[in-house]
Amino acid sequence: MTEKKRAAASGGMAGLFRNQIFIPIAALLLLAAFNLIVDPSFFKITLGTNSEGYSVLTGNLMTILDYGSEVAILAIGMTLVTAASGGQDISVGATVAIAGSVILRILVGLGGDGTLQAPIIVAFLAACVVSMLFGAFNGVLVAIFKIQPMVATLILYTAGRSIAAWINNNELPIVTDKTFTYFGGFIPGLPVPTPFFLAVVCVVITMLVLKFTNLGLYTQAVGINASSSRLNGLNPTFIKWLSFVILGLCVAVVGLIKTSRLSTINYSVIAKDIEMDAILAVALGGNALSGGKFNIPASILGAYVIQFLTTTLYKFQVSSDALPAYKAVVVVLLVVISAPAVKEKMAALSKKMKTQKEVG
Amino acid sequence: MKKRTLVTMLAATVAVAGLAGCSSSQTEETAAATEAAAEAGEEAAEEPAEEAGEEAAAPAADGELIRVGIINNDPNESGYRTANDADLKAMFTEENGYDASFAYSLKNDEQITAAQKFIQDEVDYLLLSAADTSGWDSVLQDAQNAGIGVILFDRTIDASEDLYLASIVSDMEKEGETAVNWLEEQGLEEYNIIHIQGVMGSAAQQGRTGALDAKVAEADNWNLVTQQTAEWNSEKAQQIVQSVIDSGTEFNVIYAENDDMAKGAVAALDKANISHGVDKDVIIMGFDCNKWALEELLAGNWNYDGQCNPFQASYIDEVIKKVEAGEELTEKTIILDEVGFDARTITAEDVEQYGI
Repeated sequence: MTEKKRAAASGGMAGLFRNQIFIPIAALLLLAAFNLIVDPSFFKITLGTNSEGYSVLTGNLMTILDYGSEVAILAIGMTLVTAASGGQDISVGATVAIAGSVILRILVGLGGDGTLQAPIIVAFLAACVVSMLFGAFNGVLVAIFKIQPMVATLILYTAGRSIAAWINNNELPIVTDKTFTYFGGFIPGLPVPTPFFLAVVCVVITMLVLKFTNLGLYTQAVGINASSSRLNGLNPTFIKWLSFVILGLCVAVVGLIKTSRLSTINYSVIAKDIEMDAILAVALGGNALSGGKFNIPASILGAYVIQFLTTTLYKFQVSSDALPAYKAVVVVLLVVISAPAVKEKMAALSKKMKTQKEVG
Repeated sequence: MKKRTLVTMLAATVAVAGLAGCSSSQTEETAAATEAAAEAGEEAAEEPAEEAGEEAAAPAADGELIRVGIINNDPNESGYRTANDADLKAMFTEENGYDASFAYSLKNDEQITAAQKFIQDEVDYLLLSAADTSGWDSVLQDAQNAGIGVILFDRTIDASEDLYLASIVSDMEKEGETAVNWLEEQGLEEYNIIHIQGVMGSAAQQGRTGALDAKVAEADNWNLVTQQTAEWNSEKAQQIVQSVIDSGTEFNVIYAENDDMAKGAVAALDKANISHGVDKDVIIMGFDCNKWALEELLAGNWNYDGQCNPFQASYIDEVIKKVEAGEELTEKTIILDEVGFDARTITAEDVEQYGI
């Protein structure tokens, strides 16, 4: 890692900033170094057994993998939405609540006693369909009606949790079946939290899609200049719409994880403010929030960095209602670093240093 | 740029119109319901209301239903609120001699608007669970001038006591004390407590935290391992407890200020194979008495659950009956009866009766 950093550093400041994935890696190293100096036991991982009797790995790093995966999955979709539409979807948390409600409704039914009424896969697929439909709704508003993404998704942000409550008739059903807890916990025999595997599956699928289709290129083209990409034979409306539908699919996966963690959900608070974490992950990944070029691995790394930060703060007993303030500091730093004015100054500075070096 | 601004404005207008559409349709519904109720009332009029009270009670003449306007928080807010709303709806029916209209909002200004509307509609009583404690003086003055009796339930407000007939509330300090006393009775050698708080500043959080804080400050063998707010959120509670487990600190009590957070905490314990419940390593305490939580008690997975009584309708009914009969109200503030349940003594009947 350090060698890579050194290599990047030798490329000069300008090259450093041009390398997008540098920001999350630097943040990760900074956090890791901080923890290593203050309390190395942060990195301790122990192999224990959970109350089901299966051996599982526990420790702060596992917690980061566990909870960071939710944001990482969302970050995939959010990166695409950001790149294509130049805006962000703020209805993610509310749609997670809807997806979770659909899963519960199908699994338990109305007034059920918690036993499974349908296979989990059916419930999950239904949740996928529903949240993709809501994604499509957002997509139509943005792509066809040309409403700014934040304003368009404000509708579901406001109404989503009420819809979620309505789906389950204001009840909070609890699933009693043990197999349902696997998705947010551990699959018997595997010591690593399942959300991490789900995140890996999502990432692999996304990478394959990006590699074997032109989706990445098209998204980028639409994000940089929609009208010129249209003149080049692309369909910007479809690409933008598609990015929202893909985000919908990511939301359904997170809905499954969230619902599985506690075998129930509370509509009003589940996945609260998770959209902000997802957007922050995209920003931390060095992606331009105004659309265009994007880097999904950087966003995913960004997601884990956010969880790393959260876990570190919890570890040091920082009051949990102060967490958003710390995240705000990160946002301010990121925005300032990526501001064109600062970038220019930095580039000029590094150029100057280079010339001085050559002279000296 | 210009085009973009225009689009944004347009979108905002659409959104606002959409919202306005929602709220107006809601009022229409309420109005329709009121009308229907009034019609039915004319026909039925079986239970003549007792003589109209002299001062506050407005013209609830014989044979007419008592008209109440109920302003509550959104029933979707929590299981507690859902139970509270269901209880009110069950009590204020035509069969019981009431003609009730409901308005829901978590926002103070919307609640005040609803109150003004009820005053214009000349209801006899205004029942109020305020979203916020301040800003109610002028509208309650209006209600008084119009001869409308105001009864506060569930939440108090910062206004002169003269402006309302009665206030029916939970004593959160007492809830906290009951819980802490129970914990003391468990006679542990040392209390290492993970304290998970609700939204900071809320009455429930202050009351339930206050009692524990006082005890921890006073007793040497009571320690707080961590004290964090999870904002009534089970996921956050899970993360907080997870972080304590990861850090390897010892603890033997989880004092969560509501059931959801206790559930989150328990999920974290299960993951780390830490036993909890009756005669196990960690004592689990929750509040609110959700039905599923009481079932956990019954199964011995949790140890204690403190009640926060949402069944206030009968108390309100009593006050109204008294005023209608012209009796003096002896006390302004009526404290709800509340109990705490021990997993060792709870019965299936308790779960049915007190579970929300």
